[in-house]
Amino acid sequence: MSEPVRVADRATDSRAEGADRRVRGKRPVSPLRVVIRIFLWVVALGWLVPLLLPLYASLRPYAETAAEGYFSLPKTLNFDYYVQAWRGGNLPTHFLNTLLVAVPAVLFTLFFASFVAFLISRRRLPGGKLLLILFTAGNLLPQQVVLTPVYLMYTKLPLPWWMSWPSELVYDSYWGIIAIHVAFQTGFCVFVLSNYMDTIPRELIEAATVDGAGVWRQYWQVILPLVRPALGALGTLEFAWIYNDFLWAVVLMSTGDKLPVTSALNNLRSVYFTDYNLLAAGSILVALPTLIVFFVLQRQFVSGLTLGANKG
Amino acid sequence: MNPIPTAPPVDSRPVPDGPGTPSRRRRRRRRVGRFTPRDIAVIGLLLGIPLLLDLALIWGPALASIGLSFTSWNGITDIEPVGLDNYVNIVSNYPPFWPAVRNNLLWLAFLGLVATPFGLFLAVLLDREMRFTRFYQTAFYLPVVLSLAVVGFIAQLIFSRDYGAANAILGRTDNPIDWLGDPSINLWSVLLLVGWRHVGYVMLLYLAGLKAVDPTLKEAAAIDGAGEGQTFFRVVFPTLRPVNVIVLVITVIEGLRAFDIVYAINRGRNGLELLSVLVTDNIVGEASRIGYGSAIAVILLLISTGFIAVYLVQVFRRDEA
Repeated sequence: MSEPVRVADRATDSRAEGADRRVRGKRPVSPLRVVIRIFLWVVALGWLVPLLLPLYASLRPYAETAAEGYFSLPKTLNFDYYVQAWRGGNLPTHFLNTLLVAVPAVLFTLFFASFVAFLISRRRLPGGKLLLILFTAGNLLPQQVVLTPVYLMYTKLPLPWWMSWPSELVYDSYWGIIAIHVAFQTGFCVFVLSNYMDTIPRELIEAATVDGAGVWRQYWQVILPLVRPALGALGTLEFAWIYNDFLWAVVLMSTGDKLPVTSALNNLRSVYFTDYNLLAAGSILVALPTLIVFFVLQRQFVSGLTLGANKG
Repeated sequence: MNPIPTAPPVDSRPVPDGPGTPSRRRRRRRRVGRFTPRDIAVIGLLLGIPLLLDLALIWGPALASIGLSFTSWNGITDIEPVGLDNYVNIVSNYPPFWPAVRNNLLWLAFLGLVATPFGLFLAVLLDREMRFTRFYQTAFYLPVVLSLAVVGFIAQLIFSRDYGAANAILGRTDNPIDWLGDPSINLWSVLLLVGWRHVGYVMLLYLAGLKAVDPTLKEAAAIDGAGEGQTFFRVVFPTLRPVNVIVLVITVIEGLRAFDIVYAINRGRNGLELLSVLVTDNIVGEASRIGYGSAIAVILLLISTGFIAVYLVQVFRRDEA
């Protein structure tokens, strides 16, 4: 692996990293590079197959797939299954339910977590380390451990009717689901954000204090703009996690029409349990929002996840 | 918001009893850390709400679960203490328990020893600035955003005995392998898919970490004559510690919380037993054996506590550094 040529040109090009990259891209092909290329192509294709398979299946009638196998050439290709899944699974309602939970949950989580991380990391709040442990260890607890008591509590605590209809309890309300997600996810976000904030010079806060800024302004105007990349990355991750959850919804909701979209997939399964290709179409529809969020935020995601690793 | 500085510098001039430099520095820190009443109100609200949620919805219920695990409660009748009966029963007399423990540990070991290192390996390869990096990244990362319920469905599409793609690829359509039904192999089929998701996640976290490593470190190592392997393990890897901790945390979470995928495949039976499924079965199912289910939950809690302790040690060490 140690080619003298590379060491030499890396050393000379070290001042201009951009130039270094360009030179490296055009370097004569070494056998090792070819091996790596081939390896990556094979692995990447292997990684995509389990995604392309349902995509392909969802466009063909099940009878055809069943008769000729998944790897046959298609006779018919259409979007019928998507239309069927969209209507049959009552997907629009369930999508809306998911958004009603996931969007507020992600926003609250990021807001509270960033403030707590700011207090712990940049304001050295007394007992800050204990807080960090409390939040992060809480995030690590398996959710089933708290299932029963949370369920019991939710069925006892009332909420005004305009927040929870028709149960007038925390049980079966979106607020209850949002609250449990915020409680669990805050830990992970506090952990990542406080790591990230450790790289922000403390002098910034000291200067703001001297200028008379209160805690809120230090947080909102000094710290928050600086951690935006990390917030973008965490937002993507948290959205995917909360979107994908169905344990809490299944346990803490009783009205079928209020369930999130991931559980609608189960309905599709029970109604048309033999038609795998319809399920494939349903799965792709369900996966689509997180895929879109990921593609839209991909740039921020990769740049935002530096996670406080030391940068020169 | 007050335009006038509230703490005049006179306030904090070193007092005679602490003449040394270190104590003077400590005093300055303390001045910066002082809070006005308005600050305390803001902190009280914005720290109070998440703290309350954390205590009321996680720590309180966790303690309550521990309490309930010593009872025979079924959710309806009075709560009667039974001491350690539930635990004794589970360990000696509950057939799915030991398979579930074994499966959970295998799950954890597979993620930690196979999937995570492979993700790191891919990240190192992709960090080398080659063409199509973006394509590779996307391909590896895509499975991560899928819900495990969807992955559970994909599992059936690939591994189903009669219609699955795996048997078609292997040409075993005449003598099919029952990938998900055969209890001696179905865990591995599932782990393959779980790993498929986990690798991309780990890859992305490490890739981000590697991009943030100061390139002059690598150059210095190269000039000193270190090979690429040496440079990586002795120079680059140690600087990735924050990422390592996060990856560890995520691996443990995924290993112990695993639930959705097996639940979607066969409700966690016949070779796919997991502790999380047993808890859910006992407390949500018709049986509603809350005391019993809580005891399994506490066992799950004890296993995770070991890993949480590792994490805590890391946090303390970071602060001392």
